Formats: sequence, C-alpha cells, structure tokens
Amino acid sequence: MSVLVDDDTRVIVQGMTGGEGRFHSELMLDYGTDVVAGAVPGRGGETVHGVPVYDTVKEAAREEDADASVVFVPPAFAGDAIFEALDAPLDLVVAITEGIPTQDMSRVAKRLSEVDTRLIGPNSPGIITPGGAKLGILPGDVFSAGEVGFVSRSGTLTYQIVDNLTRRGIGQTTAMGIGGDPIIGTSFIDALELFEKDPDTEAVVMCGEIGGEDEERAARYIGEHMDTPVAGFIAGRTAPPGKRMGHAGAIVSSGGTGTAQSKIDALNDAGVPVGDTPEEVADHVEDLL
Amino acid sequence: MKLHEYQAKGVFADAGIPTPDSQLASSVDEVLAAAEDVGYPLAIKAQVQVGGRGKAGGIELVENDEEAREAAESILGMDLKGYTVDRVLVEAAVDFVNELYVGVTMDRGKGKPVAMVSTRGGVNIEEVAAEDPDAIVREHVDPAFGMHPYQARKAAFEAGVDREIATDVASIVKTLYDLWDETDASETEINPLMVTADGDVIAADAVMNIDEDALFRQPDLAEMEEEAADLDELERKANDYDFDYVRLDGDVGVIGNGAGLVMTTLDLVDYYGGSPANFLDIGGGAQAERVRNALDMVFSDPNVDAVVFNIFGGITRGDEVARGINEALREFDEIEVPVVVRLAGTNAEEGMEILDTDLIEVEATLEEAVQRTVDIANGVTDQ
Repeated sequence: MSVLVDDDTRVIVQGMTGGEGRFHSELMLDYGTDVVAGAVPGRGGETVHGVPVYDTVKEAAREEDADASVVFVPPAFAGDAIFEALDAPLDLVVAITEGIPTQDMSRVAKRLSEVDTRLIGPNSPGIITPGGAKLGILPGDVFSAGEVGFVSRSGTLTYQIVDNLTRRGIGQTTAMGIGGDPIIGTSFIDALELFEKDPDTEAVVMCGEIGGEDEERAARYIGEHMDTPVAGFIAGRTAPPGKRMGHAGAIVSSGGTGTAQSKIDALNDAGVPVGDTPEEVADHVEDLL
Repeated sequence: MKLHEYQAKGVFADAGIPTPDSQLASSVDEVLAAAEDVGYPLAIKAQVQVGGRGKAGGIELVENDEEAREAAESILGMDLKGYTVDRVLVEAAVDFVNELYVGVTMDRGKGKPVAMVSTRGGVNIEEVAAEDPDAIVREHVDPAFGMHPYQARKAAFEAGVDREIATDVASIVKTLYDLWDETDASETEINPLMVTADGDVIAADAVMNIDEDALFRQPDLAEMEEEAADLDELERKANDYDFDYVRLDGDVGVIGNGAGLVMTTLDLVDYYGGSPANFLDIGGGAQAERVRNALDMVFSDPNVDAVVFNIFGGITRGDEVARGINEALREFDEIEVPVVVRLAGTNAEEGMEILDTDLIEVEATLEEAVQRTVDIANGVTDQ
C-alpha cells in the first residue's frame, strides 16, 4: 500500500519539452512511472522519449486517460499551468517549480478550496512510492520500499534522513516533499491524515523547518487524532530572524514567530520525539517500529 | 525586497496617501538645505533597513538649524545594528493627537491576504498582537475579487477608529490593499498613521516589502532594488554569483545543496559547539564553476577558520560531484582555510575515492564532517 501514487497512476508532464521536463520525464519512465503524456502549448503532435505531447492538459488527460500531472513549467507561467491542471480536472498535481510569485499561489489556493484536486507543492521535489512510481525529481535509488511514511518541506534533507533510515534497513511506504514555499497545496496535516489512513504505514517521519505555523498545527493534529507514531526533525534552529534561508517560506518573522524552538516544543508536547541530528531521527524511528 | 522608508513613501504618495513633506539628504549641508524647504520642527530619520531605528538613535526631532546640524552629524555615518547610515530623510514633524496602525500582509496559514487595523499604532505591532490580539482587527480578502470597499470600512469601524475619520482611514486601507495587489507586495504597512487635531490622517512611516519572485513583472520596483538593498561586500558577491546566501557571525563556513540540508548543517555546527559563519546553498548539480564560486565566497569572509562542504548527490552522482569539486579546488593557488568535504547519496563511495585529499579532508558522515570542522575552527585538533 501507499498514498496518492502507485503503479496505476497515469501521469502527464506539463512542460515536458523543456530541459528539466525532458530530463526528469526520462528518469521517471526509467523508474517505472506510467508517464503517458506531455502537455506543452504549441507542441502537440511531438513525442518525448516515445511519449506523445498534447497542446492542452485537457486533451492529454482525455486521450491518455491520465489522472495526475507533474509541473515543470517556469515560475512566471506555473500558476497558470496549475489552474489548467485543476480545470482538466486531474486528481493529483505535483508542482516542482520554485519561485512562483506568492500572490499567484494565493489565487491557486482559493481555487483549490473549490475543487477536489490535490496539489503537492510548489517548490516540491515530488512524491515517490518506492518500487511503484515517482512523480518529480527525487533520486529513485535513495529510497526503498518499507513501512515508514515520510513528509518534508525540503528535498535534500529528505534524501539525507531517508539515507540514514535505509542504512538501517528501514524503507518507506511513500515519501513526499510538500514544498518550501509559504503557500502550498498539501499541508503537513493533509499528509499525516493520508498516512494515518494507510494500513501499511507503521510510523511517520515529519521533517519541518522554520517559517509559518504549519508544524504547530500538525503537532496538535497528531496529539488529537493519530494512532500511528510520528518522529520529527526541524531545520533552522540557528536561523536569524528576518532572513530567508533559501526556501521562500523558511523565514523566522522579525517579531519572532515561526522559530524552530516553537515547532520542536509543539511536537514534544504532542509526544513526538524530535531528533537533534538526522542520525537521531533514525534512532527514534527504530524505537517507534 | 524591502524598500527604504523614502522609497515606500514615494510609492504611497503617488497612490494618493497623504505623507508629510520630506526630502532625502546625504550630507549635513543637504540636511540644512532640505530643512529650509521643509520647515521646522522636523524629523531627521536614518534610511537603513533595521527595525527600532528610533530607539537606536536613528531618528531625531529638531527645532532649528543648530539642532539639525547636530543631529545630522550624529546620524549620518553612524552604525545602526551593523549598517552604516549614508542617507537621512528630512521630514516635517506631524502634530498628532492619535496614532493608528494599518497594514496588509499575506496570512500564509490561510493562503489569503489580510488587512489589519488597530488604534494602537506607534508601537511594535507584533508586540501588540502578542499581548492583546483583539486590539488588531483582521479582515481577510478573497484574492480573486480583491478588497471590497466595505471590508476596509468594516475593519476601520470595528477597530474603533473615530467616526469622523473612519472613512478616510478606510480609503487608505483600500489603497494599501490595491497597492499590495498591483505591486506583488508581501507587506504594505503604515505605522504610525497619525491623526492630527484637525482630523487629518497622515502616513508618518511607510513599509513596503515586495515578493522577490515577482520582480520579473514589476519593472518599476525592480529598478529600486539596488538602492533598496543594504548589502555588504559579501552579500553583493553572493548576488552576483546567484547564491542563496545569509551572512552570520560565526567562524565555520558552510556550503551545501538544498535549503533544508544547509540549514541542518548550520544547526549541527551549533550542536557540536561551533558557530556558523554563513548559509550558502549552491543548488543542484555542483558543477565546478558553482563550487569554485562558493569556495570564493567563504574564503572571502575573514571570519571563516574552517569550511564544511556537505553535498547530498541524488540525481547528480557522487563521482560527478567529486570531479567538480576537484576541478574547482585546482583553480585556487592555495586553499586558504581547511575544507572538510562530505559526500552522500548515489555513488558517494566512488566520489569520496576521487576527491583530492591533498587539498581537502574527507569525512564519511555528516555528523563526523561537522564535528571535525568545528574542532579545526575551535583549534581543538591540529590540521
């Protein structure tokens, strides 16, 4: 079992003819993902790695019976590309693009509240069900099938902690990066709900970072609604206030909200052990299993 | 991108928000000339991007030429929380009876813009929010419709703004929202919005933050970027190299890929008893040129005593990363401070064997690499 994606997921790549889209389409296909179509305006009729390209997402979804898309469209046009995917409609949209203007995402968030589509990201490395499918840019061979659900705001930090787990023989049901932007489609709570419902997920790793209060809300949710045990990690303990630490969403406000300590305290209050180092997270997961 | 007060006031004034008469000055003579135009009493305000300017001595009220000269001499060139003041705003003092707060920002939890009005202006609004959240009225806006005028009125009346001025305040709130929307701002704020005995409202301060990811479609604001940025030499260099870089005050240089992993590396430096000198994310790929530029960044920081270089190779294999690092290292005549490299991920073992250990040290795990670097920086071990 897994959440959201498996080997039945039929995937459209939006922006398939661009450098990133082309490169990662091939890696997704190599991993075994059912990439069934590309969607690029004005490029309908071409093929990329043997996959047909259509002018619109709607046409691609209709012709190839697709239910998901991965967005590799440049930031200036990515908000529009997400709207197009919501209109198709698809069940799942994974937005990899980094640097989408926040106000565009605010309008997307409004539309998301009116439709049934799930958006992961933007500024997400994607989602992977090891041995099944990957949608995004995650390096497939870092992951292995197993019983831990993984949700994170970061890409390489996910690979790091997954690697610590893999070296102990602990694999994942599904791992997802929900994205480093201030406004994202899938929150920690959304991801935790999915893992809580998945019978094969025996434990969850939640990897947060400074900025916003999504981790604090998730901690309350864990305390009140989850039976599946959770281990945590929070990046950015040494981040100074008012500075954006790489991710657009990773910023401690100048008034002092969004700190790592506030998130660690909230998780601890909910009974979630938080590792001081990636290796310690793996220790906690081992204890929980 | 945060605008200077004078830049934000210019934008607000162009949109029809009343602001005091003012002029920008960068020398004592310019201050005195500006004072003649503006008239006494007036405020001399340091134009630097730091909060709490007033408390730190960056704002002075003056009544005459003598006081103006004295204040200008003390403020121009002063160091305010690490930034040197090279310009001041010479601004007519406002004789006020009340100070309000109005602002628009993004509520990231709700994914929606929110306008805020409070009758407790003139103080740090985040402190008001913490002590007495009910003192700030919040009105969320549907970004698809924009702000309806009634929402601005509702916020003003519910905040308890006097009826005589409430519609003027509401009109300023609506203007702030429209500006926020049109300029891709993350924040537009007036604190304090002063109320005079005659019932006029006037923006005594102005805050405007623009979403850097939207500057590509805000050409007028993008032109203000260079003037808006209070950058030191290293920060300027990071901009030229197109790195996400934050300068800190420690002595352990940190280079890595991916924001979360770099933050974690900084945290580990602290955890093992060191102090990070910077955040530097080189992004994916780790091509030789990016690596060279990143090393140039940390070597240019005189505080740095040792460098930890932490790369997780995913899509880019460890052996390719190692070749890039070697190539970059060989471009330096000397490696000025010890560099400890740690490679992980796909083909990491092959990568570690390729790395040129004549030039750098290699450690197998993140924890070991950080501990080793901290030890070197703290002078605990010989190199």
